[in-house]
Amino acid sequence: MPDLGKYAAEVYAAYGATFVLLAVLVALTWARAARIRRQLQQAEEERRHG
Amino acid sequence: MIRLVLRDLALAVRAGGGFGLGLAFFLIVVVLVPFAVGPETARLTAIAPGILWLGALLACLLSLDRIFALDYEDGTLDLLACAPIPLEGVAVAKALAHWLTTGLPLTLAAPVLGIFLNLPAGGFGWLVVSLALGTPALSVIGAFGAALTVGLRRGGLLLSLLVLPLYVPTLIFGAEVARRGAEGLAVQGPLLLLAGVTAGALALLPFAAAAALRINLR
Amino acid sequence: MSLWEYANPARFMGLSAKVLPVVAGLSLLCLGVGLVWGFFFTPDDYRQGATVKIIYLHVPSAMMAINAWVMMLVASLIWLIRRHHVSALAARAAAPVGMVMTLIALATGAIWGQPMWGTWWAWDPRLTSFLILFLFYLGYVALWEAIEDPDTAADLTAVLCLVGSVFAVLSRYAVNFWNQGLHQGASLSLDKEENVSDVFWLPLVVCIAGFVLLFLALVLVRTRTEIRARRLHALRLRARMG
Repeated sequence: MPDLGKYAAEVYAAYGATFVLLAVLVALTWARAARIRRQLQQAEEERRHG
Repeated sequence: MIRLVLRDLALAVRAGGGFGLGLAFFLIVVVLVPFAVGPETARLTAIAPGILWLGALLACLLSLDRIFALDYEDGTLDLLACAPIPLEGVAVAKALAHWLTTGLPLTLAAPVLGIFLNLPAGGFGWLVVSLALGTPALSVIGAFGAALTVGLRRGGLLLSLLVLPLYVPTLIFGAEVARRGAEGLAVQGPLLLLAGVTAGALALLPFAAAAALRINLR
Repeated sequence: MSLWEYANPARFMGLSAKVLPVVAGLSLLCLGVGLVWGFFFTPDDYRQGATVKIIYLHVPSAMMAINAWVMMLVASLIWLIRRHHVSALAARAAAPVGMVMTLIALATGAIWGQPMWGTWWAWDPRLTSFLILFLFYLGYVALWEAIEDPDTAADLTAVLCLVGSVFAVLSRYAVNFWNQGLHQGASLSLDKEENVSDVFWLPLVVCIAGFVLLFLALVLVRTRTEIRARRLHALRLRARMG
């Protein structure tokens, strides 16, 4: 770990906040993408067989 | 168009039209401010122009959703869309009626309420001028916001969310004119910019409002 | 062969399926290299100390916050003029990403400002205009969510985006004017260009590339999701009818 001196808390906080926000964004995007993809697959199946 | 303005005025003044509501709201905001920040005269004097502008802006916001919503519900708007005047004209007429029933009374009431906030004597004139120049912009921007949200059942809160960021330039320049006027500084710069914002909004936004109305009436 | 062929959702899905892994991989690579380089292998600034490392997050996210809005504006224009559905959906897909970028820029800026300026927040023109930009994103996303009919929603948000762009630029200048009016002479300079030397510049460029690619990847994923959602909606309507 590099020596961040007296500003360690600020730097870690900034990196932490950014990663949390990006992680939430990516997770939400991913979750919705997976859900819609699954539902669409299901609907296509039904249309083909039903 | 003149008929449309007169009709809206008549509807607003009639009982239940909500004509006095904006004014009453403005009064209450201004009366509540000293309770919140304390009664010291110097402090009130310093914030008076800003509070008066903010109060007028919020009072204006309060009645925006009435601009098109009622006419949309009872089908008048569909008839207006088929009428031989362009929808842009309808938007202008509606915004004008809104200004006559809220912006103008607010402008006239502001100096009276300024007394409560210890507005300096030199500030009254510029306060009225800035409100008279700025409130038409508030009305026409509001008409655009109302046109965007006219088809929504619960459009009121969304309307505020959409319109408030659009009000930023008007508020900044308007309150700046009033503040400089109250402090006896030169007001020409912000006054010209305020007039510019209003003129630009008046020229362009009726088209955007009419476009939004057409989409919503489709 | 022209760009407009990708206005066809099927073609867009085909192409984006191929492009997406590349973009996502490259963005992870750039972000990894840039941030590790910036975090571990750059010296501290003689005035700012270690807080200079925040620049690798702050500047790219702030750039993307503005670029995302510009992209939405272009996509909205394409939708209004040429009626390509993919374009409208791309604008919708970009908005939340831009909003998060704005939040990151504001958050990292505040964390940097606390030790450097001695305050989390100052009503500096740049900070204020970013806050206003955030409000614009909020209104835009809320309008998309509020309207049920997809084409009406696309049209109205596109109009809002156009008007909002004009007012966002106007607010930027208004805010500049306002703050000068309040604090004559006293300035919080955010001009970072002057103290950025090559040591900081190179990893910063890599980070910016990483953020651009990340934005692209997210927008691609979200656009693909929106297209699928639209098809799902259509299938369900058809099932109900038949």
